[in-house]
Parts: sequence; C-alpha cells; structure tokens
Amino acid sequence: MGFHVIKRDGVPTWKKWLIRVVSVVLGLLVSSIVTLVLTGTNPLDVFSYMLKGAFGSERRMWSLAQGIAILLCVSLAVTPAFKMKFWNIGAEGQALIGGLASVTCMIFLGDKMPNWLLLIVMIFSSMAASAIWAVVPALFKARWQTNETLFTLMMNYIAIQLVSFFVYKWSNPIGSGKIGVVNPNTHSGWLPVIADKSYLLNIIVVLILTIVMYIYLKYSKHGYEISVVGESENTAKYIGINVRKVIVRTMILSGALCGIAGFLLVSGTDHTLTRDTIAGRGFTAIMVSWLAKFNPITMILTAFILVFFQKGATEISTQMGLNDSFSEIIMGIVIFFIIGSEFFINYKIKKNEKEVKE
Amino acid sequence: MLRLQSFYYGGFTVAEVPAIELKNITKTFGEVVANKDVCLTVNRGEILSILGENGSGKTTLMNMISGIYFPDHGQIFIDGKEVKIKSPKDAFEYKIGMIHQHFKLVDVFTAAENIVLGLKDEGRYNLKKSTSKIKAIADLYGFELDPNKKIYEMSVSEKQTVEIIKVLYRGADILILDEPTAVLTPQETQRLFAVLRRMKADGKAIIIITHKLHEVLSISDHVAVLRKGEYIGTVETSETNESELTEMMVGKKITLNIDRSDPVNPVDRLIVAGLNCTNHDGVKVLDNVSFTAKSGEILGIAGIAGSGQRELLEAIAGLQYLDSGEIIYNNPKTEEQENLRNKTPIQIRELGVRLSFVPEDRLGMGLVGNMDLTDNMMLRSYKKGKSAFLERSNPKKLAEKIVEDLDVVTPSISTPVRRLSGGNVQKILVGREISASPSVLMAAYPVRGLDINSSYTIYNLLNEQKEKGVAVIFVGEDLDVLVELCDRIVVLSSGKVTGVVDARNTTKEEIGLLMTKAFGKSEGGKK
Repeated sequence: MGFHVIKRDGVPTWKKWLIRVVSVVLGLLVSSIVTLVLTGTNPLDVFSYMLKGAFGSERRMWSLAQGIAILLCVSLAVTPAFKMKFWNIGAEGQALIGGLASVTCMIFLGDKMPNWLLLIVMIFSSMAASAIWAVVPALFKARWQTNETLFTLMMNYIAIQLVSFFVYKWSNPIGSGKIGVVNPNTHSGWLPVIADKSYLLNIIVVLILTIVMYIYLKYSKHGYEISVVGESENTAKYIGINVRKVIVRTMILSGALCGIAGFLLVSGTDHTLTRDTIAGRGFTAIMVSWLAKFNPITMILTAFILVFFQKGATEISTQMGLNDSFSEIIMGIVIFFIIGSEFFINYKIKKNEKEVKE
Repeated sequence: MLRLQSFYYGGFTVAEVPAIELKNITKTFGEVVANKDVCLTVNRGEILSILGENGSGKTTLMNMISGIYFPDHGQIFIDGKEVKIKSPKDAFEYKIGMIHQHFKLVDVFTAAENIVLGLKDEGRYNLKKSTSKIKAIADLYGFELDPNKKIYEMSVSEKQTVEIIKVLYRGADILILDEPTAVLTPQETQRLFAVLRRMKADGKAIIIITHKLHEVLSISDHVAVLRKGEYIGTVETSETNESELTEMMVGKKITLNIDRSDPVNPVDRLIVAGLNCTNHDGVKVLDNVSFTAKSGEILGIAGIAGSGQRELLEAIAGLQYLDSGEIIYNNPKTEEQENLRNKTPIQIRELGVRLSFVPEDRLGMGLVGNMDLTDNMMLRSYKKGKSAFLERSNPKKLAEKIVEDLDVVTPSISTPVRRLSGGNVQKILVGREISASPSVLMAAYPVRGLDINSSYTIYNLLNEQKEKGVAVIFVGEDLDVLVELCDRIVVLSSGKVTGVVDARNTTKEEIGLLMTKAFGKSEGGKK
C-alpha cells in the first residue's frame, strides 16, 4: 500500500478557488496554533489583531492600499518577463536603481525647474535607469545564452552597493549615513497630494498600469508574441518571430515598470532613499505574479492577500511585544500554504491499487 | 521449457543454456502496442541482429532487457533462470551492458574517468590501476583508445569505444548495441565489427540493433525481425538474403485504396539543388540533396527516420542554415524565380512565397499547446495589419470553419489544443496551413499516431490540395501509404538521395532497399 501522485488537468475554476481558500484557512489555523504554543495567546485574538493591523483605522487602510499598489506595480513589471519564461529575479535591483535616479534628480534638480517638469524628468530617468538594469541581462541572454536568473540576481547586489555608496556620499546631515527627507520645505520632486490623501495618486497610477498591462498582454500583438516565445521557442521560430528582439523589448518594458515603482516609492511615498526602500518587493512580486497565473487583474487579489498578511503579522508582533521575526514566521507559514495549494491544483494524490496478480 | 542448443566453443562441443532468452514479451504504452509476444534467444559466442523499420519496437525491446522499461507480460531468462529486471542496476547485476545510440559521457572528463564514473570499487580512487585495466581490455579485443584523452577531443567512433569499454569494464557479458553504425564511417564500421567478432570469440553474447541489411548479413549469426511491434521470426544469417529480409521487414503489400488522380499540367514549382547541411555535432545531415517538386503532384520523401528529412523541410521553410545549395521557387503569379536559401520565414513570406509547413512536432512547433484554437489559428497571420492590437474575429471564424469542415472533436474553440486528441490536433494544424492557400505544402509525418479515419481525412486533404495545383511534399514512414498516395518518391539514406522512383511503378521492396542502401561515407563523423 502506498500513495502516488498523478498530474491532473482541467480542474474547474470554482474548485481551484476552493482549494486556495481552504489552503489559506489551513495556513491561518496552523499559524494560530504556532502563536498559541509559542505565546499562549487565544487564536481568536490572533485573528482580530491581524484584521486590526490591516483594517484597524483609516490610516491603516490607506497604508494597506498603498502597500498593495507598490507591490502590484513591481508585480506588473515582472509579469511580461515571466510570461516569456525569462526568469527575471532582479526586480529588486531594477526598482532600486529607478529610485536612485529619482532621488538624484530631486537632490540636484530640485530648485532648478518647475515641479511638474521635475516630476516628468524624474519619471523618465527612473524608467531609463531601470530599463538599462533589466536590458543588460536580456542582451547577454539573447546574444550568448547566459543564464538570466543568475545575471539578474547579481545585478541586484550591484544596485544595492551603488545605493549604499550614494546614500553615504549624499548623507544629510553629512556623516549620518542617511539621505533623510529630500526637499522637506519646498516639496519639489514630491508627487502631489490629491484629495488630501497622500497615497491616492500612487494608487491611481498603479490601477491604470494594471489595466494597461492586462490589455497589452491579452490583446496586443506584442503580448501575443510574449506568450508564444514563453510557451514554445520552436513555434516562435517556425512562424518567424525574432525571439531575441522580443526578449530585449520585453525586458526594457519590464525594467521601465520597475523604474515607475522606484519612482512612486521615492517621489510618492518616502521622499528619500535607503538601501531597503524596495524591502524585498522585487521577490514578493514574483509570488504575486505567479499565484495570479500572470493575470494582472487577479494580481490585485494576490497582492492584497500577501500585503494583508504582512500587515496583520506585523500587528501581531507589535501587540505581543515580539520583534519582526515573529511576523516573518507567521508570514512564512501562510505563504507556505498558499504556494502549497498550487500543488493540489495541478496534481492529485491517489491511493495505490493493490497489485493484480495474473 | 528450455531449448538447449549445441554449440561449438573453445574446442569443445557443449550443450549450452542460452545467455539470454525472452519469451512472449509484450509491452504497451496506453493503446499503442510497442512489442507483442516477442521471443528471442541469444547464446554465448553469438551475435544476433534485430532488424526492423522505425517504430517497429526494437529499442523498446532492448530497453526492457536493460531495465529502463518493465514488460507487461512475458518472461526473461538469463542463463536459464527467470529474472525480473526492474532497473538498469538490476540489468548491470545480470551482466547486461547497453550501448545507447546517443552517448552518455561527460565531455570534460577523460575516457578513464568516464569509465570508472559511478563505480563503487576502489578503482575510482586509483586511476592508475583502472587505466591499466582499461588498457588490458582494449588489448584483449583490439580497441584503440587513449584512456587519458578527454571526451570532447574524441571522434564519434572513439566515444563509442569508450561506451563499449565502459560496459566491459563493469563485467558485462551480454552486450546490446543500439544502432552502433549509424554514426560511423565504413572504415570505422569495419573496425567495430572486427572488435565485435573478437568479443564473440571470447564468449560474449551480443545483440545489435540495425536497419542496414548488408551489415546484418556480414556480422550476425541470426537475425530477428520485428515489424510494427510484432515478432516476425528469427532466421539463420547463412540461410537468408537481402530480399527475404526486406520482405520480412516491410511485409506483404497491403491495399489501402487511397484515391490517386493523375497530375494535371505539372510545372516545376520548387527546385532543390545540391543542398548541404551540417548539424551541431559536425555530422553531415544533408549531402548534396537535389530534387524538383512539381505543381499538382504529391512528392513523397521516404527514408529511415533521421536520414535528413527534418533538416530538408526546415531548410526549405527557412529554419535550418545551409552550407551550400539552392532552393528555387517559381512564383506562379509573377513567374519570377526566388531563391529561398538561408532566408528567414518572414523574408520568405514577404517574397510572396506561399509556403505551408506541417512540421513533425505538432505541439512543440506547429501549434502552442496551451493556447486555444483561435489563438493557434492566428500564429501565421497575427502580424497582418498596422494596428498594435490583435484581430481575433477572422481567426475565430477560421477555427469554427475548420472544426466544422474537418469534424474536429473539441468542447469549444476556446479549449487549449493540448487537451485534444492527436488526430484532432493534426486536423487543426493541417487545416490552418491549408487555409493560407499555399502553392507549396510540406507535411512531415502528418498521420503519425492517427487512427485510420483521421489518416484518411488527412490523405483526402492532401489530395484536394494536389488537385488544386499545389506542390505537395509528403514525408512519410509507412511505405504502403507512400506507394499509394504519392506520384513520385524521393528516397533518402544518411542525408543523400539514393533514388527518385515513380510511385505507380515501384514496390515497397525497391524503396526499402534504397532506404537501407549505404554509401561510402568518406568524410562523415570527421575530426
């Protein structure tokens, strides 16, 4: 007796979502048990902290929406590359370089041009810097078949070290090791606050990008080429798609979107830059994109789930006087269950039949 | 019941138990019967050839002996004892060694390192000792091998030598060689045969898989013939000849009743002249190939798989780089001639060449498995128009039309094509390629894996195209079909054209002989 695993196909959509919901519930259950064992807290309290952490006040809800928007923006950036099966795990570095470009413009061009022009210069320089960061591995891959996973990962470290260097060089006050809030009085290079809500513009920009990306992937010729190259390079060659061109073009797009994410973080959120500005979103975005099967609309939901648990887990740690590690444990458990659910969607487990003797 | 055979060995006549005996071995993959009731016997000091066309189940059978597959029914006896070979490790313990067609060696290691790789004895830490053992084996059987040479510096024949010594080093006394001569020059083949004869004299039992008749006759003691998975019989080599073996291999003529009209006004549509092509390993895959495809006729291409058919079609379609040669297309509209050599598929289309291609690998090249019917219809045409957006309404109509005209069984046109059965997948692919109203239509193995009804649908489609004046190029493997469907047949063997025959006045035996005809491959497998 034993079990074996077989691949399955054509699971109805409702069943897929049922499996996912069950997995989230199981994840919550396990994390509350862990919390109970480690801290002796009532599991119901754990859940209420979680909800409070995410939805507890208006400020928290805006912070949740902002978190979703930025994560979603990075996820949108990695999606076309992943759909093409180009494993870009360098979104962290690409977004960070975009942020560096933005902050550079803020520091050096802050008083030299009107704010609207400065914002335009910032957004384009961020997109260009990030696109360069993304296209270098793409060119190497297209020309010499280098491994894009390693290449994009290494580019992250270069970006982080560059930012560390400039953060130190431009630290304000000098020697503090921090850039600090840039242009605190003039607010030049700050994304304007609309309707008195400081993150609203970020959220609107990302929502528009989501819809544009959805249309681009589904209805444009470029999007179709990305799908064909990702599904089968042989087919792409057979119908005459220039695979190299598609790889390079898509990575420029992917990088440019990372640049927008970096810009939104610097100009619309933090108004400064540290080496932790992106805070691992470049990697979390891979999960968001993957869980949503590369569908930008579904990504709103998957980004929400991940940010919700992140905020909730942080609140649990705060309430119990524990440090960040505890929230990371809770986060890890939940993500483990969410990712695990994909296994049960693609495979089923069957009990072995008894061997039939002839 | 064990059959004991008298056998002359080392000066004594001994009654010996066969080294390996298979009884009623059957193996099925889903619905496909790969081997049915196969019986084989090999004695020590004997060479058995297994002869059969492609897909006749030779390699499957050998994989069961070497532990890669497990038979559904039947028994295997080693030295008279029934055994169960569940893994390559088991096979190894029964002293069975297989030399695969594609070598499994580590390029950056030396011959000696590859030979001891994975062994658990002390030899792996004592290369000096292993090297002398390798030298002893090489001297015993007359191999020429430098144990310290790196694999990437070796010729194909040297690599094969390493593979053979590897199994001998591990103590194999039943050797299976899968198509050992496919990659060798005639001189190298002669050297290999000399070594095999010496191993035979040393009492090894040897099985070689091949489809080259003259080699079968020169090396083996017995020949076992398989056809479409069925065991046809075993004959003594000394009592047979080429034509008897060919008939066993291809079978008696079967009448298929495929309609065949006479070509109307054939004109030269595609003139292929002197194509030469080398693959990644530096092996010549097309060697001075020339032929002409005419409008309104079906030109068959016959040959053992891997004789250059794929490279030929891909070269015409603009997917394969050619060393030399010309592909001239006579444009029926402008009456102009275009040279298609080394042009990309897009450039070919931009020249106004209406060339359709049904590739062998349907889901890996012709279609995208995860896309639905509509999106697969667009593959060829999506670029049309200046808009940045896709136009899906015409592809959708085309998908609906193909589903209706060709009786495609599918839940809907938004089903991913990989969910459909092989026959339906092929109808979609052929339907799409025909919808472009081509003037040249190339189809590689278009009925492979299809049932009878789907096969006839495809034959009828090809015939319709022919009657419309299209030059159809049909690469097939079933000789009965080639003889009944085509007007002329080009026969390829090891990348060379060995003959162009009139399909109405030929026999399967004639084609079979041309397919297995060997040339002096003077510069094949160079370096």
